[in-house]
Amino acid sequence: MRQKTSIRRKQDLSQLIIPLAALGILVLFNLIRGIVIGDLGFFSITTRVNNDGNTVLAGNLISIIDDASALAIIAMGMTLVTAACGGQDISVGAVGAISGAVFVKVLDAFGLDKISVGSILIGLFAAIAVTIVFTLFNGTLVSVFKIQPMIATLILFSCGRSIAYMITGSATPQLNDKLINAIGKTIPGIPIPTPIFLVVLMALILALIFKVTNLRLYTQTVGINQGAARLNGINPMVIKLLSFVILGVCVSLASMIQVCRLNQLSHKTLLDAIEMDAILAVAIGGNSLGGGKFRLSGTILGAYIILMLTNTLNDMSVKPESIKAYKAIVIIIIVIAGSPAVKQKITAFWKRIHSGSRKVMAGR
Amino acid sequence: MENRVVRAKDLMNVSQDPQNNVVLSMRGISKTFPGTKALNNVNFTLRKGEIHALMGENGAGKSTLIKVLTGVYPKDSGQIFVDGIEGEASIHSPQEAQNLGISTVYQEINLCPNLTVAENMFIGRSKGARVQWKSNEKRANEILSNLGIPAQADQELSHCSLAVQQMVAIARAVDMQCKVLILDEPTSSLDDKEVQMLFGLMRDLRDRGVGIIFVTHFLEQVYEVSDRITVLRNGELVGEYLISDLPQVELVARMMGKDLNDLADLEEIGQKKTASEAVVYEAENLSSSDSRPFNFMIREGEINGFTGLLGSGRSESVRAIFGADRVTGGTVKVKGKAVSITKPHEAMKAGIGYLPEDRKRDGIISDLSVRENIILALQVMKGFFHPMSRKETEQFADEYIKALKIKTASQETPVGSLSGGNQQKVILARWLLTHPDYLILDEPTRGIDVGTKLEIQKLVLKLAAEENMSITFISSEIEEMLRTCSRLIVMRDRNIVGELTGDELNQSSVMKTIAGGGQ
Repeated sequence: MRQKTSIRRKQDLSQLIIPLAALGILVLFNLIRGIVIGDLGFFSITTRVNNDGNTVLAGNLISIIDDASALAIIAMGMTLVTAACGGQDISVGAVGAISGAVFVKVLDAFGLDKISVGSILIGLFAAIAVTIVFTLFNGTLVSVFKIQPMIATLILFSCGRSIAYMITGSATPQLNDKLINAIGKTIPGIPIPTPIFLVVLMALILALIFKVTNLRLYTQTVGINQGAARLNGINPMVIKLLSFVILGVCVSLASMIQVCRLNQLSHKTLLDAIEMDAILAVAIGGNSLGGGKFRLSGTILGAYIILMLTNTLNDMSVKPESIKAYKAIVIIIIVIAGSPAVKQKITAFWKRIHSGSRKVMAGR
Repeated sequence: MENRVVRAKDLMNVSQDPQNNVVLSMRGISKTFPGTKALNNVNFTLRKGEIHALMGENGAGKSTLIKVLTGVYPKDSGQIFVDGIEGEASIHSPQEAQNLGISTVYQEINLCPNLTVAENMFIGRSKGARVQWKSNEKRANEILSNLGIPAQADQELSHCSLAVQQMVAIARAVDMQCKVLILDEPTSSLDDKEVQMLFGLMRDLRDRGVGIIFVTHFLEQVYEVSDRITVLRNGELVGEYLISDLPQVELVARMMGKDLNDLADLEEIGQKKTASEAVVYEAENLSSSDSRPFNFMIREGEINGFTGLLGSGRSESVRAIFGADRVTGGTVKVKGKAVSITKPHEAMKAGIGYLPEDRKRDGIISDLSVRENIILALQVMKGFFHPMSRKETEQFADEYIKALKIKTASQETPVGSLSGGNQQKVILARWLLTHPDYLILDEPTRGIDVGTKLEIQKLVLKLAAEENMSITFISSEIEEMLRTCSRLIVMRDRNIVGELTGDELNQSSVMKTIAGGGQ
């Protein structure tokens, strides 16, 4: 029995090797840099009093995890769509703008100066409902009409922000409210930013869904062999649509977080270019972009890696204009290290070391 | 005619100096995979102008030996010598093997179906950037007619039959000056006529001096076309024999490493039980997008079979029963009750299981573990909101891995890395776990070794006898069906043309019914 568990653990780890290694190297790099320049401020976590008079945790690590929240949540949904459909939804940023517009529109209807828990909840549910309609549009194109996901989602990618504009008009409404800050920043009395909790909440909800349903098994089966899935009584169309529904919920939640963080809605910049980072997080997390097996923990790690990278570059005073180029270089390395060709070599190497060490131990 | 004279001379030289005639020699080849010794010190010799059958059960090391030879796997130790190359040949990739004149035509044809025959023959072979399609087409037509292959150079490959596609792959290899041609299960999806066509081509190439390695599971075909046999078992060389020195029974015994007691066992259990009167499944005028309307019924504990040539509609009929294709009409009764079965899920709920003909395409979920593959159908039947506990699935997997003797490193091994026979057992386990009343097995023994074939036949007989399961068993090997089925439904041109029971269950009457009256 014990042996069985150890086999399971080993497999779990092997899928996370690349993201964990990337994270480790980033931490190590910052540590060495910190020692060289004699300033380990990158790792320091302090407390400070924010504008609302709350004592909150501050520091690079906190802001990395905090900043990654919207990305991590969208990337979780992207993981499911990728696994089931073998392709990605590139309209999540644009659909996120629609979701944000609906959210703010509802708040506005109740009065932007009279924001309450009730109006926020109604706004969120309205946003989720509308977003699901849009992601289901994508899902239908993908599962019923069998259009390649990237092509199918290109439609909303192009016109989503226009739709958001139609909902709110050209204004960029400002939301200055304690409740909004409690969602986007911190809740008074709790030093950890709220978005971090929302990531944990979303991850727990998905974990619970995997626990009480067969979603993981079905999604993987459909992603690996759709025809065989059908012959075993699974309806691939439903599973694909379901993955888009979950993505819709993720996008709405992320969109709300981002609106609350920025205290404003701008249909042009809300969740701008998040789709590429989300796809990247899925890839860095060791998930196959061709569908099939997936690991959400890998994806979440992937999101943190992306933000840590950006943050490191910021910390090194790289100009914002050139950050993308540096980011690209590092990402190329991570993606190549995680590619099947390199992965095979690494696993073989790992095994050799492993069997070697076992022999040494047996020798003793 | 001149060719023939030269050939005769060559043949005489051969007998005088056999050493010169060796085109390929593999010495002391070993290869270890994690957990298994796939090849242990294996020798293999191929001579010019011979068809050499490489035989062994699944996991005997045939594919590994071939993959070492073609540079797909690096060998751990041993040497390979190729005629015309000084010293040891270094083969690290299929491309290098190709350059040495070693070509492979795989079971799954790896050509491009949407290109023309000529394009397929010359793709990836042009020296510069410019491709001389005109002259290539002419050359392709020459080769095709020279080899007697019924295809046109400008024809799209997907318009050719599977056999012709295979022959085009061979023609491509031949035109690349191959000395060693490896045919890996070339006949498994061909009907008898096509097999004869392929054999004609193989004999022709042999006479031209090509050394052919023939890997197959069909014993009769080995004896029909081969000159020599090398037998492997559990990664070790059992021996090399001239075809005349090794009777078929002996071959099977060598492959299995035991006497044919198992066959006797089969005869024993093979007391075909008379089925009860209760009808389990009944279809009237059932038709699907791929099959014509037909009537069919099966009784409790009965084993029946659909037979007919490839394309006769036997697979399409059972797919219609399971709702795998779009059902277009007809009424279905399960245990006397009218039910509607239009999709696999409904069939499963009605107590029907279906092992599909194409294991790779329709059966296994290759990246998922053996455990997940085994529990899949049962899990789906339990429903989306009722996942089994990890422990429960582990117990089920464990039980069936043992019961069916599935060879796997662990439950968590991806099923795609198992050998064909073991993959088939996993799918069989998947359906047995659902305890169906009626199980449809479409070609359960195709492409798997003799031992596993017998195991599966025995299991089928046992399930019907002891658990009263109704089974439809389809196999392209008529003997297998005669051994197991008490009723055979014969199909021709997508229609049922006869039903054989009792004394009619013999090879000649089956053949006659398949062929049609008066011919």
